[in-house]
Amino acid sequence: MNPYNYLYVAGLLFTIGAIGVIVRRNAIVVFMCIELMLNAANLTLVTFSRINGTLEGQVTAFFTMVVAACEVVVGLAIIIAIYRSRRSASIDDASLLKR
Amino acid sequence: MVTSSSLIYLIALPLFGALTLLLAGRRADKWGHLLGTAMSASSFGVGLYQLSQMLSRPTEERAISQKLFTWIDVASFQVDAGLLLDQLSICFVLLITGVGTLIHIYSISYMSHDENRRRFFAYLNLFIAAMLLLVLGDSYLTLYVGWEGVGLASYLLIGFWNQKPAYATASKKAFVMNRVGDMGLSFAIMIAFATLGTVSFAGVKEASEGASETALTAIGIMLLVAAAGKSAQFPLQAWLGDAMAGPTPVSALIHAATMVTAGVYLIVRSNFIFDAAPTAQLIVVIVGAITLLFGAVIGTAKDDIKKALAASTMSQIGYMVLCAGLGPAGYAFAIMHLLTHGFFKAGMFLGAGSVMHGMNDSVDMRRYGGLRKFMPITFITFGLGYLAIIGVPPFAGFYSKDLIIETAFNAGGFKGILLGSITLLGAVITAFYMTRVMILTFTSPKRWEENQHPHESPFLMWFPMVVLSIGSVTSGLLFYRGDALANWLNPVFGDHGKDHHEEHLFEPIVVSAMALTAVAIGVGIAIMKYQLSEIEAVAPQNVSIFTRIARKDLLQDSFNESVFMRPGQALTRLLVKGDENVVDGAVRGIGRTALGAGATLRRSQSGFARSYAALILIGAVVLIAGIWVVTL
Repeated sequence: MNPYNYLYVAGLLFTIGAIGVIVRRNAIVVFMCIELMLNAANLTLVTFSRINGTLEGQVTAFFTMVVAACEVVVGLAIIIAIYRSRRSASIDDASLLKR
Repeated sequence: MVTSSSLIYLIALPLFGALTLLLAGRRADKWGHLLGTAMSASSFGVGLYQLSQMLSRPTEERAISQKLFTWIDVASFQVDAGLLLDQLSICFVLLITGVGTLIHIYSISYMSHDENRRRFFAYLNLFIAAMLLLVLGDSYLTLYVGWEGVGLASYLLIGFWNQKPAYATASKKAFVMNRVGDMGLSFAIMIAFATLGTVSFAGVKEASEGASETALTAIGIMLLVAAAGKSAQFPLQAWLGDAMAGPTPVSALIHAATMVTAGVYLIVRSNFIFDAAPTAQLIVVIVGAITLLFGAVIGTAKDDIKKALAASTMSQIGYMVLCAGLGPAGYAFAIMHLLTHGFFKAGMFLGAGSVMHGMNDSVDMRRYGGLRKFMPITFITFGLGYLAIIGVPPFAGFYSKDLIIETAFNAGGFKGILLGSITLLGAVITAFYMTRVMILTFTSPKRWEENQHPHESPFLMWFPMVVLSIGSVTSGLLFYRGDALANWLNPVFGDHGKDHHEEHLFEPIVVSAMALTAVAIGVGIAIMKYQLSEIEAVAPQNVSIFTRIARKDLLQDSFNESVFMRPGQALTRLLVKGDENVVDGAVRGIGRTALGAGATLRRSQSGFARSYAALILIGAVVLIAGIWVVTL
């Protein structure tokens, strides 16, 4: 199978994720969209690794996963903390830094 | 030249007095006036000692000098702070300290009710010290220090009662007008250094022999500007009348012993420059002639006794400047008139102070009258000064003024006749306004209120007046006999001082006769106008335009205001506006631009995470597109 198709899928996934981040307000959905973009990046790495016949891209994909896992832990904790204090998971409500 | 180490005491003593009185503060209130007087008197003593030493030396060794320290030592610019006492300086030293001491004594009593008497004496001592430094400095730069010191002391003293805004303004006016003159002196020093390479009297004298006439003329004119400022000569004369705001002893000090004599001293001291620069000399003569008549005319219109005397000073200094501008023939006579004037003008100012003392500080002569009976000593001393100033023989002013008139006639040609006529006209007007002062104050019927009780002043006040009146009687003959003063001063002016008395337009006796006729005319007019007719207690208002202009000091203030002050203010306003719009505008513009940019950019910081994300995305897309385009 043509390995470039994986790249198209990855681009599609990234675009969906990016649009989701910009358009959606719910913090959980935004979070999931970020994961989508991360995985799109992972897919790209692995695909290029495959195309070039080297292992670096695959190893990096593992690193990305580890980082993503950490990020999920921290990010979810923050979202829950915000939700608890503000009774809202909308990220537009949490715009306090501008003041 | 003989060196000495005792010259500094002349200056140090009064300076010590001034510093002590100023630093000791209220603690010195009880004895401050005594210390001040003692310091001035001891400086006079040192002066007398120096005179006796000087007399015991042969003529060519009479000048002595003292090097104090190396003041400026930069490559070719070498200035030593040094003092020089020669035949010319000693005249001034004795006049300043002698008359100054008498004024100190007078002030003890005159200022006894003033709670700031100690401060007053401190300033008097400062004035004496500065003036002594001025006449003792051996270079223009040292002279300049004294010059500025005199300006400062006069400012402090004229504005001594500065709780009255008008008096404070008067002192400011004197200071500002003096600054204009000071500019002239500093320019003269700069030109002298640039063209002659030295600023000491001896050095400039030596260098002036080979110097270009243009440079010397420039120096001479700048020196004249300086002299005009200090000596209240045209066109910088306007401050003198207002300077009467100071206590009367200050007026006596400014007008007789210090300050206004500085300009004449400067011109006479710089004789070697003026001798080599005929154009500058001519301007000196013109300035002197204008001021002579200017002051005399103002004097005729003043009802304020002090202002009438002040205008008279202006006119008499005009005589001296005119005479000093006539070259070697005139220097000695200018100094002679300066010295005799020092006696009779100080005496008359102290007399005026005595009259004011007896008349509740009123200065309006139209409110005086008949004071002869109440103040006999003041009347006699003032009267002797009066006879001296109008030039009645054998009083002092007769000899000195007569010699000036004679020198003016001898200037040669049309110039001589013109100058001689001006000096004679000046003598007529002088006789007129001084007789007017005498009649209004002493001999006319009384015009004061019943609640005033004129009385003679205490001993401490009339004693100095008596001493000064003796001086105004005898000094003229003393200086004149056998050309005593002229011979004494000759070494200072070089050899060419001797060849005067050669060309005569008129015989001296004719000149004297003309001068006496002039005096008689002036006195006669004044007697007809004031003694024989009724004097109004309020100045009449329906008078001719000329009288009105003369009462307004010949419009000198209006002239200065319209020609210098208003345009100056307009220029200042223009500069301020330029500063605000251009300089401040640029600075504020930068600030405003930064603020505006910040305000615009701030909007992007909305706090919405989604818009940040969108911006990051757009940025990334633009970046990648850029790279793609570049690498394509």
